[in-house]
Amino acid sequence: MTSTDTPVDHSRVVQKDRVVIRFAGDSGDGMQLTGDRFTSETAAFGNDLSTLPNFPAEIRAPAGTLPGVSSFQLHFANYDILTPGDRPDVLVAMNPAALKANIADVPRGAVIIANTDEFTKRNLTKVGYAANPLEDGSLEQYAVYPVAMATLTRGALEDTGLSKKDAERAKNMFALGLLSWMYHRPHESTERFLREKFARRPEIAEANILAFKAGHAYGETTEAFAVTYDVAPAHLAAGTYRQITGNTALAYGIVAAGQVSGLPVFLGSYPITPASDILHELSKHKAFNVTTFQAEDEIAGIGASLGAAFGGALGVTTTSGPGVSLKSETISLAVALELPLLVVDVQRGGPSTGLPTKTEQADLLQSMFGRNGEAPLPIIAPRSPADCFAVALEAARIAVTYRTPVLLLSDGSLANGSEPWRVPDAADLPKFDPAFATGPNSPDGEEFWPYLRDADTLARPWAVPGTPGLEHRIGGLEKADGRGGISYEPENHDRMTRLRAAKIDGIPVPDVEVDDPTGDARLLVVGWGSTYGPIGAGARRVRALGHKVATAHLRHLNPLPGNLGEVLARYESVLIPEMNLGQLSLLLRARYLVDAKSYTKVSGLPFKAEELQDLFLDYLSGVHT
Amino acid sequence: MTALELGLPTIGGLHGVPTTSDKQTAKDYTSDQEVRWCPGCGDYAVLAAVRQFLPTLGIRRENTVFVSGIGCSSRFPYYLNTYGMHSIHGRAPAIATGLAVTRPDLSVWVVTGDGDALSIGGNHLIHALRRNVNLKILLFNNRIYGLTKGQYSPTSEEGKITKSTPYGSVDHPFNPVSLALGADATFVGRAIDSDRKGLTAVLQAAAEHRGTAFVEIFQDCPIFNDGSFDVLRKADTAPERLIPVVHGEPIRFGPANDEGLGSYAVVREGFGLRVAKAIEVDDSEIVVHDATDHNLAFALSRLSDQDLAHTVIGLFRNVARSTYDDAARAQVQLERENRSPDLQALLNGRDTWSVAD
Repeated sequence: MTSTDTPVDHSRVVQKDRVVIRFAGDSGDGMQLTGDRFTSETAAFGNDLSTLPNFPAEIRAPAGTLPGVSSFQLHFANYDILTPGDRPDVLVAMNPAALKANIADVPRGAVIIANTDEFTKRNLTKVGYAANPLEDGSLEQYAVYPVAMATLTRGALEDTGLSKKDAERAKNMFALGLLSWMYHRPHESTERFLREKFARRPEIAEANILAFKAGHAYGETTEAFAVTYDVAPAHLAAGTYRQITGNTALAYGIVAAGQVSGLPVFLGSYPITPASDILHELSKHKAFNVTTFQAEDEIAGIGASLGAAFGGALGVTTTSGPGVSLKSETISLAVALELPLLVVDVQRGGPSTGLPTKTEQADLLQSMFGRNGEAPLPIIAPRSPADCFAVALEAARIAVTYRTPVLLLSDGSLANGSEPWRVPDAADLPKFDPAFATGPNSPDGEEFWPYLRDADTLARPWAVPGTPGLEHRIGGLEKADGRGGISYEPENHDRMTRLRAAKIDGIPVPDVEVDDPTGDARLLVVGWGSTYGPIGAGARRVRALGHKVATAHLRHLNPLPGNLGEVLARYESVLIPEMNLGQLSLLLRARYLVDAKSYTKVSGLPFKAEELQDLFLDYLSGVHT
Repeated sequence: MTALELGLPTIGGLHGVPTTSDKQTAKDYTSDQEVRWCPGCGDYAVLAAVRQFLPTLGIRRENTVFVSGIGCSSRFPYYLNTYGMHSIHGRAPAIATGLAVTRPDLSVWVVTGDGDALSIGGNHLIHALRRNVNLKILLFNNRIYGLTKGQYSPTSEEGKITKSTPYGSVDHPFNPVSLALGADATFVGRAIDSDRKGLTAVLQAAAEHRGTAFVEIFQDCPIFNDGSFDVLRKADTAPERLIPVVHGEPIRFGPANDEGLGSYAVVREGFGLRVAKAIEVDDSEIVVHDATDHNLAFALSRLSDQDLAHTVIGLFRNVARSTYDDAARAQVQLERENRSPDLQALLNGRDTWSVAD
């Protein structure tokens, strides 16, 4: 940062272990971009971090209204953190609606930086403020910093020749510059990013950079802010890191699966929030022999993928809950055909269209049972944004090895949330072999039997068209065990049904690991998917208070880990927090006859660490049993 | 690369499919599965024609794939000794699309029926046609639901009495050829199951077409809709109703006159067409069939009404347009030639940082 002004003496630098910042504004204010840039700067600085974007389903809800508020929360720290944070230490409110929509989450004493230019009578009235909260004393328990961001930005861009309106649009970069100064963030990557983003309109790039610098200089030169904060880099395991969102990590996992198996990847997909970014990402990577097909509907998306799988490709389809409903019949067909297929469900609030941009994990039972007949399939769920990579790779391996559709359950908070990812060495990624059938397999060595199973895996051979001598017909009608012709024989259907179930049940999955530091906790908390972070953070807090709690997290939902029954039986009480109305709890109670307690929430937002801490304490103290 | 830069296809529908010089016969294409259609079903005739026709293509049997949906006709793949998939109701065009896009070395055929393709699978059908994926769709139209035992179908005539319409159907039927042309299909043909020669000619042209070939095959269900197309089969009614069209030839049909030409002709009227007695019009008024003329193809399809008064058979349309699968593969191919895939670079992205031990 170059500035000709004499800097104010900001000798007061406060050391902090962790900070939560929430940027909030109108949908059109660029809050997601602002948050994303602050995240990149923070990642580059070496903090551990976790983010929670939260935005409306409407692209541009009416300006200045409560439904139109978009926010981005970022939690960063000098140690490894597990969640995007409960309550912001700093709220950046770009308009009255942003203040009103978020103030309930802001703890007393926190910093509020408000863009005063938008606090006009009209905008205040629009969201039901009778008086200006920045002036009427209602925020006296907070450290409020009123900043005329639009005016200051306009002033900084006076010489650029941009219209007033265009100049004001850069006010989000002013806010970013100010926060970057306050938290000592490096800013080179933001300048580089803006130059690349607006490569075709360099005047816009320069305007944004000017606004960013103006925000930075504003913090540096005015005396409004007496304190800046330092959050030292986190001590993460050695390695090369990058910041990554769940959807990007998932897409990379799919690309990697194609590379390590030598299979071409075919994605058939229909756009749906919050899964579309996987389609967008994969459509860029044709050099990796990835073909993407934007189908006419969800059913065609999975249908084309299944057709590609028949032809020997790694077939993938990506969707959200409503799309899984539409794909159910084809998933069922894939169960009958016993072909590899990866089905990605980025869960969102339901039923029906529900909450397209909000998170939920209520598709577990749909994944387990949402098909006609006995149609079992493996289910696997990532626990964090970066974990989506490994889970996608693992799901593809299971699909190909066991010739089965696999359901991967991500969710909205994982998809859009981000965290640092220790980038794996591509050469060390586990390889897997499609092991296509090449010749006859019948006991007499003369014929090809498409349903003659491998004795170990119970998988049937994958014989792709073009292989001479292995011509065969598959289909949704029940097939004879072994030879694979149509069979309506009662005993054969019973045997095939049990074989399909045994194949899935027999897939080896790692034992579930229990985190029980002292080894004598009496309460076990079990989670799956994106609740990993909040459960872990809640447990840490409880332990810091001197209590004992054990946690276990399930990556494989079907089949379940072999040691799970024994683990559940070891603890006096078992508690299962879920973002649904108790779906895993239902499964575990039925399967293990364990009296597991369920804690549920479907607010469209992840659990807070504080909320789970209180929950665990209640259980430990006997308030709940 | 865009589809347009690729230009019009100059290759045939079988380009890229491995050939064989081995002599193949209908028997080679016959699977060991017992055929289980009802006695007298028109599907037998089509199956026999296809088994006879496939060996003439000179491609390898293992590179031929039949995909079907649900319905009587969709059992078809089981009876051919090629690769095959009997899938789910209406979805065969979507499944075949994924297969055709990823495997240019296969000749991909879809077998479907009026219910499968036009009711439950209507969406996939029109999208396959507009995309022009290199696959061949054979729609067996018997104007009834057979496998579910006799309900009316989307091609059943208005007023039809069936199990589900005891008072007569109040649904207006699709004209499958008009629908396909409306979806901008590049190849649209029609044939009758019992006309082995005409059917084989249309199949041959379909196989050679680069893109989606749509073939409607009139076919009888002797159990639930017997004699539905009898007026097009019987010697006393067929000649005045059947209008065979051949690209480049004047459209004349009906009992032959002294010169051996049909006594009826198709002439233009307004924006459409009408049938006239050849003797009453000047030769110059008679329409010469042009399979590249979209409007003419559509007008010809409108000559057939529900009563089959004037039914055109042969190729309505046969034009070259870039195909979805060729274009999609070209994009992948170009990228693969221009950039060697570096997985580590992809995973690293642009902004990484290192943490030391």
